Amino acid sequence: MLRAELLHLFRRRRIHALLGVLAALPVVIVFVLKFAGGPGNGEGPTFLNQVTNNGVFAALAALTITLPVFLPLAVSIVAGDAIAGEATQGTLRYLLARPTGRTRLLVAKAVAVVVFCFVATLAVAVAGLVVGSILFPVGRVVTLSGDTLSLWSGILRIVGAAGVVSLSLLGLAAIGLFASTLTDVAIGAMAGTLGVLILSGVLDAIPQLSAIHPWMFTHGWLSFGDLLRTHVTWTAIGKNLALQAGYVLVFATAAWARFTTKDVLA
Amino acid sequence: MTDLALRPAPASAPPTSAFAIRTNALTKRFGDVAVVDQLDLEVPTGSVFGFLGPNGSGKTTTIRMLLGLIAPSAGTVELLGRPIPQAAREVLPAVGALVEGPACYPWLTGRQNLERMDAVGPERDRSTRHARVDEALERVGLSAAASKKYRAYSLGMRQRLGLAVALLRPRRLLILDEPTNGMDPQGTREIRHLIRELAADGTTVFLSSHLLAEIEQVCTHVAVMNLGRLLTQGSLAAMQQNSTPRLRIDTPDLRLAADTLATIGLEPITGPSTVSADVMRAEPHELCRMLVDAGVRVNGFAVERPSLEDMFVALTGEGFDVAR
Repeated sequence: MLRAELLHLFRRRRIHALLGVLAALPVVIVFVLKFAGGPGNGEGPTFLNQVTNNGVFAALAALTITLPVFLPLAVSIVAGDAIAGEATQGTLRYLLARPTGRTRLLVAKAVAVVVFCFVATLAVAVAGLVVGSILFPVGRVVTLSGDTLSLWSGILRIVGAAGVVSLSLLGLAAIGLFASTLTDVAIGAMAGTLGVLILSGVLDAIPQLSAIHPWMFTHGWLSFGDLLRTHVTWTAIGKNLALQAGYVLVFATAAWARFTTKDVLA
Repeated sequence: MTDLALRPAPASAPPTSAFAIRTNALTKRFGDVAVVDQLDLEVPTGSVFGFLGPNGSGKTTTIRMLLGLIAPSAGTVELLGRPIPQAAREVLPAVGALVEGPACYPWLTGRQNLERMDAVGPERDRSTRHARVDEALERVGLSAAASKKYRAYSLGMRQRLGLAVALLRPRRLLILDEPTNGMDPQGTREIRHLIRELAADGTTVFLSSHLLAEIEQVCTHVAVMNLGRLLTQGSLAAMQQNSTPRLRIDTPDLRLAADTLATIGLEPITGPSTVSADVMRAEPHELCRMLVDAGVRVNGFAVERPSLEDMFVALTGEGFDVAR
């Protein structure tokens, strides 16, 4: 069942297109840096100005740039489609009549969405790493603290960062899965999930609401940068991952409660 | 049409329950409306059961409750002698279904769709999947179009693929909602043939359709629903036995024929060239002799059982508008 669900997801052309676009973004960024000149000192987001010195930083720059919009967009599409997409096509009734237990189907869908979060993040990081290494010199990695690490331990840190980014997306994925059980219209579930994402970002940007900022699931998304300090500080990353776990617990439970009791009319 | 009713019960697959489907006071309310109201359905094991009713009478809602897709507001469902939805996991593998038209993944081919459906069901041997899918495609005559995308299928082909999904494993009960919808006449014939074949193997077939002639040709039993309520159910043969036969005489002597029939207490209705009357207990050959003795010139003489369509309209009313 799990195997079937993963095969089913990753065989879709839509998924290939999503992953293709995600992998193309770092390529574009690196090419722009190479041929249009890098940002001046102190300008541009973190990591971007380090790329010209060391190609492996392209992976981190790509993660930083895709994390606010492109990665969550892809996750919203896949998570929102999980159940609602089957309902829209009418295949949900046939899946359930096979029979496939509702809990079993939901778990299979959830695992597929989680796997997608990792694959999507990895696509971004690997594309950045490869293209950056081809177009720019590669060498020892200078940490945010100013020390240098060997190339391999630098790459290991980058892989770790990609892992943290993937885990950061899980809160949103759980919200998407829940939205997917609420409606029979896949596009509605996707749009709703994106709406929640934008709302979280907006609330997080209003200084007067600083009291609730720590509870916004987007708040700690950029904490993965802490992995690039000489001595990794885990506080922000730990807080972020705990918050994601909380969101997953709440929304996965809600999705389960909703899906196992709903009348399937589609 | 009634010869099917007399066919001996199939010897294979001994029935574990007298009824393949049984509901007790089954009710589904959406808001204030009882879409299905106190339904007591009894589908004998081994029957080909026609489930009839006008649009909006609650047939599809009933079928969804049978499959555990929606929860009843009240009442119970038993499939193959086991309660639904409690025993859905044990029972549904033996039940094939086509509900409200076929639904498959448009971006997959016919074969890939079947493979997906086979893969998500209860665990089955992966090495024999290919053979199972081939057999199902063969059975619905879709082998030649197996590698075409579902997107490119015509309505009739989609319907066939939906049936193939229902036939992916050996079933004891098939629940088919409008199985011949959108099919060409050859397709309709093949499906009828397929249903007879399945029934002969001992599969109970529960069939909803609005094509009454279709039902009349394959079914042994029927039930009629209207406005969520069950109007009647039973064997088709018994239903036709109980109905009043009607005499129709084709004659130029309309007046004389009508008067003659009236003398023995019948209530003749005169048409442009025919006289007809419900014949009650009178023997047709006696009536014929009486008419000829009275000097009525007879061009045609027929005693007809009402068709299923006549019975259906008599039960559900003539109105064309959707009742709700």
